[in-house]
Amino acid sequence: MFGRSALALSVASVIASAVSTVTPAAAQESVYVPLLTYRTGAYAGSGIPIADGMHDYLEMLNQRDGGVGGVKIVYEECETGYTAQKGVECYEATKGKGALMYNPWSTGITLQLIPKAGVDKIPVLSMAYGLTAAADGKTFPWVFNPPMTYWDGASVAMKYIASKVGGLDKLKGKKIGLIYLDAPFGKEPLPLLELLAKENGFELAKYPVPGDKMQDQSSQWLNIQSDSPDWMIMWGWGAMNPTAVKEAVKVGYPMDKFIGVWWSGSDDDARAGGAGAKGYLTLNFNGTGAGFPAIADIKKHVVDKGLSTLKDASRLGENNYNKGVYNSMLIAEAIRTAQKKTGKKVVDAQDVRAGLESLDIDAARIKEMGLEGFMTPVKVTCDDHSGSNAAYVQQWDGAKWVKVSDWMDPMKDKVRPLLVADAAAYAAKNAPWPARTEACGGR
Amino acid sequence: MDLLTAIFVDPFVRMGTNPTFLVQVIWEGFVSGVLYALVALGFVLIFKASGVFNFAQGIMVVFAALALVGLHEKGVPAWPALLVATGVMLILAIGIERVVLRPLVNQPDIILLMATIGLTRFLVGLGEMVFGGEPKVMITEALGIPTGILRIPLFGKSLILKEIDMTAAVVAILMVAFLAVFFARTKIGRALRAVADDHQAALSVGISLNRIWVIVWFAAGIVALVTGIMWGARSQVSFDLEVIALKALPVLILGGFTSVPGAIVGGLMIGIGEKIGEIYWGRLLGGGIESWLAYLIALAFLLFRPQGLFGEKIIERV
Repeated sequence: MFGRSALALSVASVIASAVSTVTPAAAQESVYVPLLTYRTGAYAGSGIPIADGMHDYLEMLNQRDGGVGGVKIVYEECETGYTAQKGVECYEATKGKGALMYNPWSTGITLQLIPKAGVDKIPVLSMAYGLTAAADGKTFPWVFNPPMTYWDGASVAMKYIASKVGGLDKLKGKKIGLIYLDAPFGKEPLPLLELLAKENGFELAKYPVPGDKMQDQSSQWLNIQSDSPDWMIMWGWGAMNPTAVKEAVKVGYPMDKFIGVWWSGSDDDARAGGAGAKGYLTLNFNGTGAGFPAIADIKKHVVDKGLSTLKDASRLGENNYNKGVYNSMLIAEAIRTAQKKTGKKVVDAQDVRAGLESLDIDAARIKEMGLEGFMTPVKVTCDDHSGSNAAYVQQWDGAKWVKVSDWMDPMKDKVRPLLVADAAAYAAKNAPWPARTEACGGR
Repeated sequence: MDLLTAIFVDPFVRMGTNPTFLVQVIWEGFVSGVLYALVALGFVLIFKASGVFNFAQGIMVVFAALALVGLHEKGVPAWPALLVATGVMLILAIGIERVVLRPLVNQPDIILLMATIGLTRFLVGLGEMVFGGEPKVMITEALGIPTGILRIPLFGKSLILKEIDMTAAVVAILMVAFLAVFFARTKIGRALRAVADDHQAALSVGISLNRIWVIVWFAAGIVALVTGIMWGARSQVSFDLEVIALKALPVLILGGFTSVPGAIVGGLMIGIGEKIGEIYWGRLLGGGIESWLAYLIALAFLLFRPQGLFGEKIIERV
């Protein structure tokens, strides 16, 4: 009897103490953002710095400003391992907690969440990845992919190549190779590149890399060696990137004619090739390095206080870390915009969708955020959920990335019609795809 | 007609007109084959001794390589780190024998297979906890492994050879030779073969099953360490190296689960076969065919030799 009483007393005291610890936290208003990250598995090399950047920027806002608009951001990482199945499990496990938006960090997971977003009324923010056609806000009111889509990126890569050979008309008869991860992500740029190849008379040589061959690309690079493409473009992620850079060095491919997508440009990717990787190019849409006031604030308010998830503080400001920062900046700005539009401090997911749809991060706001030089202005509209913003080309100098081009606008005239047609095809394939009922920039 | 030409004529024309490239393809296939064979060797050692298909072989490769690189990152010089990593694999072998295998003696094979799947998940978790999930750079140069690239003139063109690949081939050949002598000429090797033939008969003549299992798992651990160094040097040391274990399956189907020479010959056949298939015929199917071509080669072979190239033909009366 005594045992039962003691047990009951213990349980009661545990509940009481739990309640007492919850109460003060509940007193402070907060919003909840789950972060779908991958710090384990085959793609952890890319996923860890991104997760660190996302975590640290949100934590910096909490520490420095008390969150956004006086509301603390409660964030929680859920490990997806970059697999669609675990990504969906994370989504299902967290959506009931009042999630404001999802950042899947995987094209495969994004494709799984797109049909769910409209049903559950929670927006998906796939920053510069995912389904390109999702930029069509009329068809996909709940999906956002700023600052640019994969097709925008592919068109910028081709513009850069054209600028080096003397114009788009000089591409005729040339061979452009695309080495890509044989997965939804890697296949995304194909329609745009095939269109440009047809219109400009160049040959597009494709080199798919199966997921289980990321570490052994000798076949692909033998083919590249045999074909000798004039330029190479890479759509790689995870272990595919450093292996490709190593193989390119081995076969003696000219590194200054090898351009990776923005996801193939982590410092580790280039470092893997040693001295031979010097000259390797990638696209980018964010600044690299720690020389930005916002990153300095992260150091001051998070890293120096021991609140960062970074294991090595010297990696603050590396390219993928800064992409995580960029993503969290978009999260915070969407919440801030939603607060401004609704007048509410604690916004819900539908408010945040409206916030995302009204994003207008201009030069003044960029400066105010301490990110001047880090990015170009981003504007999202009801029709265009990406914004087709500019990107630049950076080059590995053997130790760090150096910006070697101006910010270049994508070929919007090519991308937009293709994108709208693809969105219509998606809706037809997934019929009955719900017609948009959400007001422009509203609920 | 065009298709027939593309299948039966064009590839051979390409081979004939650019023999340097053909030699390059065969060399790359040979190197891949040697590395597949190293992974397969780990499976064969354990299967020979205990009849267990060790699902954890892939993660053992990762764990061994991470232990080596992780120790070096902590300031241990390369060669002592290699010794300590070898010690880690010994401790792992003893632990597996005590905790996993010993309690499961006389259990059906499927139970042991399931145990190795559990072991895989455990080692993934332990590895991530101890070493973190970040990819690491193999300490190739610190170990004194050459990393240069040789360009050898051949038929008027250049054959490109990576010194790390040449090292991998030499190390694999030495390792196989050592294991072959070890199994054929030493007391432990003979005991191991006795255990492989019949556990109870081996026990009845005084062979310690537990000791043999520790030795075999340790040997497989050393093979995993060498494999991890070689694969890690080609790319990076990360948990996705685990998937290379899948490459051993067609090799094992082809070479037989119980034959060390089978692992080597099977590895080379798969490595060279898939490279030639991918380079000369892959484009007809959109490229990226080598992942399944390896299985196709192995399965086609099974039609003629179900026990594999060097596997034992088992006839059971029913």
